[in-house]
Amino acid sequence: MMKYAISLLLGLLCGAALFVIGLLYNPFIADRTVSPLSVSSKAVVSLSYTAVPAKTIAFTNSGEARLQPHPKDIRLLREDTLQLTDVMVTEMRNARGQTAGIGLKFSSRSERTNLLRGEALVDSAWYVHLPGRGSLFVEQSENYWPFIQKVMVPAYRNSANSWKGKWTGDLSAGPGALGVARVTGVGGSLLGQSMAAVESLSVQAYSTDEGPVFAEGRLLIEIPSDDAKATD
Amino acid sequence: MFKTFIIGLVLGVLVAAGALYAFPVVDQQRENSLVSVATNGSNIESYHIEVPSDRILVRQPGQDSLFPDLLDWPAADVLQPIGVELYKIRNERGVIIGVASHSSEVGATSTDWLLHIPARGSQLISVQTQATQNGAHRGDLRAGSREFAQRRGSVAVRWVPDDSADQGVVTGRIEMLTNYVRQVDQQ
Repeated sequence: MMKYAISLLLGLLCGAALFVIGLLYNPFIADRTVSPLSVSSKAVVSLSYTAVPAKTIAFTNSGEARLQPHPKDIRLLREDTLQLTDVMVTEMRNARGQTAGIGLKFSSRSERTNLLRGEALVDSAWYVHLPGRGSLFVEQSENYWPFIQKVMVPAYRNSANSWKGKWTGDLSAGPGALGVARVTGVGGSLLGQSMAAVESLSVQAYSTDEGPVFAEGRLLIEIPSDDAKATD
Repeated sequence: MFKTFIIGLVLGVLVAAGALYAFPVVDQQRENSLVSVATNGSNIESYHIEVPSDRILVRQPGQDSLFPDLLDWPAADVLQPIGVELYKIRNERGVIIGVASHSSEVGATSTDWLLHIPARGSQLISVQTQATQNGAHRGDLRAGSREFAQRRGSVAVRWVPDDSADQGVVTGRIEMLTNYVRQVDQQ
């Protein structure tokens, strides 16, 4: 009788492990390879930012996450309602690499996360201020599942607990059609304009202790043609 | 015994899948929304910020002092006229429910507030720099996400100083009274 119980228990453990492996390497959950804005006929403006918290102007969270707050004396979001929230203030650079403005990003892990469907969702809101030109509000859901699959899991499997390589992927997963973020112009020449955007992440080094070591984020914003020259 | 192992294997897969389906991966802590309904049907809600206890970051143009002390503001000329403040925001009962940013630019006629309540969504509010006669700054909800995506309306922002505090320390509260209506799709 005992050997049957042990056999059943072993089967249960192996089954659960098999499920986790199947989930992580599920070939039916494909990464989006083409950005929805690549087929747009409208002007697209690129704003890039560092995705390494220590290189931002400021970054804070609960203090219990992998990503360390910056600077060291910044107040933490320790309250129960803010435990799953990150706040980032960063320089935004244009396509020429020049500072174009400032970006503030609030992001919270989403309760709509469904790992069975390959959705590790984060609800985020950007406020991008481009001095003399205007301000933008970007609302989106981001899906970090491809990043977890392609960067985080290999980093944990590595004996040095790190990952090096090149991974680039789109994070935006709605609420707009084709999974684009919704953008509203809230100031300057962009006031009242409704636009679309896609946020992408490019990672070259990742550590399981510190998070991204070398990584850059990018907001591609589809804007009316008249405003494109002024913003670029 | 091998059959038992196979049965266990199948059960293991089913139990793991069932657990992942039944139990939420993300469990966001929520506070009850304290919303009242006006006679015209609009929703009224108030938030406030206790200064200085709810401050996270303060950078004002032309001022050398930064908060927190170790904050390093970039030297780029284009960022010098920008003011940024980050706060935690509280509901009517004084419970912290979200975070807010206040952004301004030298010479602008309005400033922007971004309120982010993790359990509900975000609100982008543009507020006039010129105060009204009662001391409040009038603003409008320009855009929102999730619960606030279909809402439009006005906001009154008021600074209420605490005169009982020590001299030389800015103490008080920033009060925000929102008055929103649900926007009906024009289709």
